[in-house]
Amino acid sequence: MMEIKILGSGCKKCQETKAVVDKVIAELGCEANIEKVEDFAKIASYGVMQTPAVVVNGKVKIVGKVPTPAEVMSVLEP
Amino acid sequence: MQTLSLFWDFFQYQFLGMQWLNKLVGKMLTAFGMSTDSRLTGSLQFFIYDTIKIFILLCSLIFIISYIQSYFPPEKTKQILGKFKGISANILGALLGTVTPFCSCSSIPLFIGFSSAGVPIGVSFSFLISSPLVDLGAFILLTSIFGGKIAVVYVLVGLILAVFGGMLIDKLKMSDQIEDYIKNIQNNIDITLPDLTKKDRAIYAKTQMQQTFKKVFPYVLIGVGIGSLIHNWIPQSFVENVLGSGNPFSVLLATLIGMPMYADIFGSIPIAEALYYKGAGLGTILSFMMAVTALSLPSVIMLRNAIKPKLLATFVAIVGIGIIIIGYFFNFTQFLF
Repeated sequence: MMEIKILGSGCKKCQETKAVVDKVIAELGCEANIEKVEDFAKIASYGVMQTPAVVVNGKVKIVGKVPTPAEVMSVLEP
Repeated sequence: MQTLSLFWDFFQYQFLGMQWLNKLVGKMLTAFGMSTDSRLTGSLQFFIYDTIKIFILLCSLIFIISYIQSYFPPEKTKQILGKFKGISANILGALLGTVTPFCSCSSIPLFIGFSSAGVPIGVSFSFLISSPLVDLGAFILLTSIFGGKIAVVYVLVGLILAVFGGMLIDKLKMSDQIEDYIKNIQNNIDITLPDLTKKDRAIYAKTQMQQTFKKVFPYVLIGVGIGSLIHNWIPQSFVENVLGSGNPFSVLLATLIGMPMYADIFGSIPIAEALYYKGAGLGTILSFMMAVTALSLPSVIMLRNAIKPKLLATFVAIVGIGIIIIGYFFNFTQFLF
């Protein structure tokens, strides 16, 4: 199962990112564990300095922007 | 030489300043039967012309700037800055501040990243000061109103303020003034950022443009509204007395009013423009713009999450005093421009 983490302090952009990821996962109908990480210490532990960021299976895939559904699709691993 | 200066004038007044648009709007208003010299026509003309001009500049500039910024993510800036020491690190911090995308909302992860990479606190502050103050957008907008010379000097003094402000904070030995939870994070991870194609960058620039547009357009409208009031309803003599270079307190006043205000350079420029035409001192106007863009209540509140009150107060004081000095410098040397 895919592990998707959305890094962000709970700002508007981070919520938008979560919504995009949720939507893509629902459309694909695949199983994924989506988690929001709001703690700055944990966010920093990924080496990320711009939020929002999307981490898939432990790898930072998207940094510092609200992704489009197509971008999310392209970073999901089969 | 003469053709060059003719070309430059055309570039400054018609291409960037869009004076043709101003004339066009004026002609259209008179065509609708409004009298040429009434104040209402003047205000309306300034409002329509300035709104269109600023939105055209805003959209094209944000797009270009974001495209350039996509090459300088803070994760990369951090790695570069960690390798330098002394004043060269401050200069580099100030320069990278101009091209690294940064908003005050990410000051916490930024501080964590910088301090874990061993970037001295003074260098972080050189970055923080120059970041909102000096960028391509400010340069182009200033060129369109005040001309290239003033724009270049503005950028230079902005960078000097950032370098010296950072160095001063370093000298004050304030590294204990960063919030402890930030200092305790020691894992310095250099991530390899996802590779971006030219298309990715263009998409990023486009979304940045749309988001910035949505975010700033109310401020621009307010700014242009205030600008058009100043332009036609406030007597020249009043502006000259209160904000002219003859009034020794004008710079102080402009800085103190500008500091808590939250607007970016696009919102402050129409006010600056209108005040300039009404005879306000150049330094006074630049101080106002710098104060509005460099410091604001929301950004200070965000910074408070990362640094302790003493350092925060020092930061505000250094930037505020620096802006005031720059303002007086420009007012005293105004005759040179």
